[in-house]
Amino acid sequence: MTNHWVDIKNADLVVIMGGNAAEAHPCGFKWVVEAKKERKARLVVVDPRFTRSAAVSDFYAPIRAGTDIAFLGGVINYLLSNDKIHHDYVRNYTNAAFLIDEGFKLEDGLFSGYNAEKRSYDKATWQYQKDKEGYAMVDETLQSPNCVFQLMKKHYSRYTPELVSRVTGTPKEDFLKICGMMAETAAPNKTMTVLYALGWTEHTVGSQNIRTMAMIQLLLGNMGMAGGGINALRGHANVQGITDMCLYSEVLPGYLSAPTDADKTRDEYLAKRTPKALRPNQMNFPQNFPKWFTSLMKAFYGSAATKENGFCYDWVPKKDGAYDAMAIFERMHQGKMTGFVCQGFNPLASLANKRKVGDALAKLKYLVIIDPLATDTSEFWKNHGEFNDVDASKIPTEVFRLPANLFAEDAGSFTNSGRVVQWHWKAADGPGESKGDSEIMAALFLRLKEMYAKDGGKFPDAILNLAWPYRIPAKPAPEELLMEISGKALADVTDPKDPTKVLVKAGDQVPGFAMLRDDGSTSCGNWIYGGSWSQAGNLTARRDASDPSGLGQTLNWGFAWPANRRILYNRASADLAGKPWDPKRTVMKWTGTAWGGNDIPDMRPNAAPEEHVMPFIMAPEGVARLFSPIMADGPFPEHYEPFESPLDNNPFHPGNAKAKSNPAARVFKSDMDSFGTAKDFPFVATTYRLVEHFHFWTKHAHINAVLQPEHFVEIGEELAKEKGIKAGDKVKVRSNRGHIKAVAVVTKRIRTLDVDGKKVHTIGIPLHFGFKGLTKPGYITNTLTPFVGDANSQTPEYKAFLVNIEKA
Amino acid sequence: MALQSLDIKQRSATTTPAPSVRQTTEVAKLIDVSACIGCKACQAACMEWNDIRDEVGINTGVYDNPVDLTAKSWTVMRFAEVEEGGRLQWLIRKDGCMHCADPGCLKACPAPGAIVQYANGVVDFHQENCIGCGYCVTGCPFNVPRISKDDGKAYKCSLCSDRVAVGQAPACAKACPTGAIQYGSKSDMKDYAAKRIADLNERGFAKAGLYDPAGVGGTHVMYVLHHADRPQLYNGLPADPGISPLVSLWKGFAKPLASLAIGAVALGSLFHYVMKGPNEVSKDMEKEVEKETEQ
Amino acid sequence: MIRDPKDLQRYTPQERANHWVVGISFILLALSGLAFFHPAFYPLSYLFGGGTWARILHPYIGVFMAFFFVLMFLRFRMLNVMTKTDKEWLSRVGEMVDGDDHNMPEQGKYNGGQKAMFWASVVCMVLLLVSGVLIWQAQFSPPIGLVRLGAVVHAVAAVAMIALILIHAYAAIWVKGTIRAMWYGTVTRAWAKQHHRAWYREVTGK
Repeated sequence: MTNHWVDIKNADLVVIMGGNAAEAHPCGFKWVVEAKKERKARLVVVDPRFTRSAAVSDFYAPIRAGTDIAFLGGVINYLLSNDKIHHDYVRNYTNAAFLIDEGFKLEDGLFSGYNAEKRSYDKATWQYQKDKEGYAMVDETLQSPNCVFQLMKKHYSRYTPELVSRVTGTPKEDFLKICGMMAETAAPNKTMTVLYALGWTEHTVGSQNIRTMAMIQLLLGNMGMAGGGINALRGHANVQGITDMCLYSEVLPGYLSAPTDADKTRDEYLAKRTPKALRPNQMNFPQNFPKWFTSLMKAFYGSAATKENGFCYDWVPKKDGAYDAMAIFERMHQGKMTGFVCQGFNPLASLANKRKVGDALAKLKYLVIIDPLATDTSEFWKNHGEFNDVDASKIPTEVFRLPANLFAEDAGSFTNSGRVVQWHWKAADGPGESKGDSEIMAALFLRLKEMYAKDGGKFPDAILNLAWPYRIPAKPAPEELLMEISGKALADVTDPKDPTKVLVKAGDQVPGFAMLRDDGSTSCGNWIYGGSWSQAGNLTARRDASDPSGLGQTLNWGFAWPANRRILYNRASADLAGKPWDPKRTVMKWTGTAWGGNDIPDMRPNAAPEEHVMPFIMAPEGVARLFSPIMADGPFPEHYEPFESPLDNNPFHPGNAKAKSNPAARVFKSDMDSFGTAKDFPFVATTYRLVEHFHFWTKHAHINAVLQPEHFVEIGEELAKEKGIKAGDKVKVRSNRGHIKAVAVVTKRIRTLDVDGKKVHTIGIPLHFGFKGLTKPGYITNTLTPFVGDANSQTPEYKAFLVNIEKA
Repeated sequence: MALQSLDIKQRSATTTPAPSVRQTTEVAKLIDVSACIGCKACQAACMEWNDIRDEVGINTGVYDNPVDLTAKSWTVMRFAEVEEGGRLQWLIRKDGCMHCADPGCLKACPAPGAIVQYANGVVDFHQENCIGCGYCVTGCPFNVPRISKDDGKAYKCSLCSDRVAVGQAPACAKACPTGAIQYGSKSDMKDYAAKRIADLNERGFAKAGLYDPAGVGGTHVMYVLHHADRPQLYNGLPADPGISPLVSLWKGFAKPLASLAIGAVALGSLFHYVMKGPNEVSKDMEKEVEKETEQ
Repeated sequence: MIRDPKDLQRYTPQERANHWVVGISFILLALSGLAFFHPAFYPLSYLFGGGTWARILHPYIGVFMAFFFVLMFLRFRMLNVMTKTDKEWLSRVGEMVDGDDHNMPEQGKYNGGQKAMFWASVVCMVLLLVSGVLIWQAQFSPPIGLVRLGAVVHAVAAVAMIALILIHAYAAIWVKGTIRAMWYGTVTRAWAKQHHRAWYREVTGK
């Protein structure tokens, strides 16, 4: 979330799209209700299904799964052609005025620079035109045909309400009504908040779905505002923390881009990741990358990391390819992996194409499960009748189950969707022999270290020299870990302008990432958490709910990264002169000498408005990108069909088969055959959560099992009639990758849509069920889903694929 | 004195006044249907606080689960899909005991003290006095009490009388994530409802209103409905609930009247005997018969 | 046992046993039923081991009684067919109640009043059985409307039946020489001739 949960209450319009907050985030949803009650906010829901969120909405419109860009592109067209944008904001705080390379174009659905062989783009023509100082050139009048504003206008002029309705199936009048409601928030004192979740990310165009809405929010001037922003609702209490801490192999903690084989030396690596400002006077905050990275190396290797050895840069693994979850299982499936440590993850149930995942696991020599529950994955080898029909005698994988504690059985921190880090205390002991995850990892590490010390090995240095400064090495305390993550000074940290002035004494916790240095004098496990445990103590444990502004900022409750800032880009809540766009909801204002208000400024505190330091400090441009030269699949979001689409072509580019689906999406050659066509699988399926369950955990809990006991699929009344299916019947749903059986829920809430001249039926499939647990034994929904991922995030397309259905 | 240390307003099958010296505030739970997302957190909280665990059921083709109230499910969400003028509404109502001011269950109950109504309005079952006859089921206008298959006793929502007695909100209200379940004094709840109704009116629900049916003397569980003119839309919430006339007849004037009638017959017989004497075989007849048999 | 060889056999041992099985069941049912009917009678439930036991036992006793009542009905139904004389008797029942039965029409084994009692009991019994099943919540769960109707019908029929049986018992007490017919089966000839002359003639031939 650019904003935070409580801030939703400040919105005038709440849009839920690509998510179902009431269903998946019922507790946070209270703030939507609060906005409705106290601010008379309106709630709009756009979803293939009439959801629980829709049940309390003011307006609902249906949409075909996987066509969000068509819908939102249409909104952009509406805003631009009806001149419903926040002009000052767009001109000053976005790259609307930037001039783009003259070679940039979109031709027949493909952007310039496409390489069909590699399924990727050469982005050379997507760059800004630069002057001789290396700064991007701009046209303040926004009139140049090569400026972002004009390019954007041209790009989305094709997204007419008629075409939008034809592609999305959303009735035109519903679409226009929603456009009108959004357009009202172009007024400086009106805001719209956008709540989305995996309904946008889990598509082959997932990142671009979100970008399209981000562009709308920029056009309306809603970023940085109280009650505005673009808000990803994360699916676990701590999934934000997981991504922040890099519990996946693509990046280092704090979203630091991990080195690859191409980054031979530390200098080369740092040079590539330390950008130069693209406009004069901009903060260009990523220029501090070397400080963050060096401090991280000091946290990793302690005193072993020295200036002389390049702070152990050589010991950090260099990627030789992709290591996202899909890529890992592709390697495993190819038999290229020996073992897999599966910690708090149930890939058999939660990854796409269960059969492929099961086959891949069967090729391992060993599988280690670290989990509080007996997961489906831990029994992937065991025959569970029709639900997991495998032959155990043919699966050689050895499985180890290490029982772990649940979160309530250990202290630690949660980072919620709003980036608020909150400490939690242990509530109970874990049962039996279960241990905390860090204790289990410590045990593995110490054993490995001992073996390396005794037996040597190919590359013992990284293990033998890893810093392990914990009081009880076998049991690192959560408090020690947070202190290490937050960072401390190893030597006195002095003021760069006045070396006699000591800012942080050696041995003290740093007050924030601004104190980090690239000379080895500071250590920090994750720069964005810098200062969360300062000399003042554990700030994440603060529980002061006082809220002087009434905006719900509660700056003394927990700690929000970065720097305890609650609303990102909050400088954009004020005009160029530093006056709040809406004085009633002041987030930030220029006091004459400094930035102040009701948040931690997302700005150099003394940057006077005359200096023209722009609010988007993490971008070298200083402004937000309506046009993004760094996306893998295009600088402007373009509608592409899901990989499995009920249509024969992309109605935006009917003549080009290459542009039917995202031309840069992640797809493995071996999976090409696993896709089905509308001829055999005529119905659009989408998967989702139910409020009664949490992923694949709560099917093990009695109360949740009582509340939602058995796997079901939802179909509309028209399809039910066509197929002779009644509510409560057992049905079989097939995709090209397998089938499941479940109970049919026949509902008015799923409408048959008119799409491109044909009727499209949608089938909704909740995901929580499986063959382990207290709910009725069932099939795994992800038996059906395709193994194809987003071009930028590699997230699989769980939300739009093709199936057929019949009475079982 | 009852476990809950509350004052008792009415006690089932008891003809003398219950202890009622203390004055407590009349309370109510307000269910704002317009803010309810049907998440069933209230159901889970009810199970947890009261330590009741129903069986794991099956899916019958709807979202409702458990599909009905049971002795171990004291509240359930009922989902209704209503389409009007081309716009769909998913009306979700939390069902359970309404805690009527004039409780039909209590009226019908033959077991002294099995059902009590506290001065704060809570209608509570005291299962140790319950004989399991099920008369409460017949008395309830909302079809709420359920007889347990395990122990034959009647069960229903207690409005968490134990929590309420010590100033806590019922577990469901405490757990509700959206504030759709509010708890407080009945008059505060009515004020709150008025604000919600004004908001709904402004959003185009001209007939929004409070459900506090007069037929049962008002209730201590009230609903804010978008369509207060048609409560039946909400999965058959009765438009004008009242204690069935049959039950009123049976447990009303029939009770003393019939008892009197039985007494009258008994006493009438006695006095007939006293007044008229026995009907004996006359001496003449005895002689006559004696003669006949001798012949 | 026949006290006097000249006494007339009015009931066989089987008939008497059947009557008393029904009678005792009825008393138990009335006591337990009244306990649920009005709080004043609730203490009667302690005779059965408390309210819950009374609730458990009552319907089983009811079914038991109904079974034996059916047997009794089969035994006596032909004897209870109403005739013209019965109707005449009934129209002049006031004289009888007043204690003056000299001018009452000649009666067979049963007089009009007894027959009326018989049929009224049959009707009550049917109502009690059907309504009793409807409100037997431990076993059945019919629609709530039927349960409510059942409860009222059960109560009304039970009150009627109790009144009938009270009258029945009082009549037996009031008409001296009657009760022995149900104790040991015989009545005196004089009793028979006075109260049931047609039957007397029929069995004695006089």
